[in-house]
Amino acid sequence: MSASVPVVMFYALGLLAVLGSLGVVFNVRNTVAGALSLVGAMVSLAGIYVLLDAFFIGAVQVLVYAGAIMVLFLFVVMLLNLRGGNFGPPRRRAGGVFALLVGLAALWWGLDLLPGAFFGTGAVLPADFGGYRQVGALLFTDYVLAFEVASLLLLAAMVGAVILAKRDIGDAE
Amino acid sequence: MSVVPLTHVIGLSMILFVIGALGALLRRNMIVVLMSIEVMLNAVNLALVAFSRHWADAAGQMMVIVVIVVAASEVAVGLGIVLSLFRNRESLDVEDVSLLRW
Repeated sequence: MSASVPVVMFYALGLLAVLGSLGVVFNVRNTVAGALSLVGAMVSLAGIYVLLDAFFIGAVQVLVYAGAIMVLFLFVVMLLNLRGGNFGPPRRRAGGVFALLVGLAALWWGLDLLPGAFFGTGAVLPADFGGYRQVGALLFTDYVLAFEVASLLLLAAMVGAVILAKRDIGDAE
Repeated sequence: MSVVPLTHVIGLSMILFVIGALGALLRRNMIVVLMSIEVMLNAVNLALVAFSRHWADAAGQMMVIVVIVVAASEVAVGLGIVLSLFRNRESLDVEDVSLLRW
């Protein structure tokens, strides 16, 4: 029984990610605390990405998710400054209980199925796997279409967010 | 080579996805619903990275980048909708916005 350091770190970070996500979903008192808990989960996931040899993705996860997206969330939560930002359980309680049961059943079934799954023998990693050099080379050659479409999507989302959040389109002088 | 078993990573991804799905279904605070969707997207990213690592194929990481871009756009538009809804209705309860519910 010799568990190496990366494997132990994976389980520790995975536990942190699960706890952080649970903090988002089941923290009904404080939305800001939920958002900060989600930041913790994102950073733990970034650590797991690094353990899985996806170094560039790990850095992007910290920059974009834990940085930009969560700052946006916190900004909106604090801007709206909701008192009693929780609204309790769903009004139709039977539906909520049903959703909980279906979710847990699906999870139990999936985790039960998993040990028997065969994903093929893994391939040997090249030396530079997951670094910015390899990811960048792929992104600007084979996947350049996805890259361009992503830039268009970001532009559309930016315009949409500005239009939606504007106070009133009519009296903007 | 010390490798985390692929099935354990996928199991973690499943757990995170179910947590996110339950949050999106059960919570009534619109911002928390959006955050739960982020948790689900992160679970998918984790599975993509794990399979990319397993087969030494960086295509999975390209998909992760696309998913992150989509998540960023979704949050920007979603929070814009939340802001304008709050301005018009003084409420963030998803049950108050049920015009399109059948």
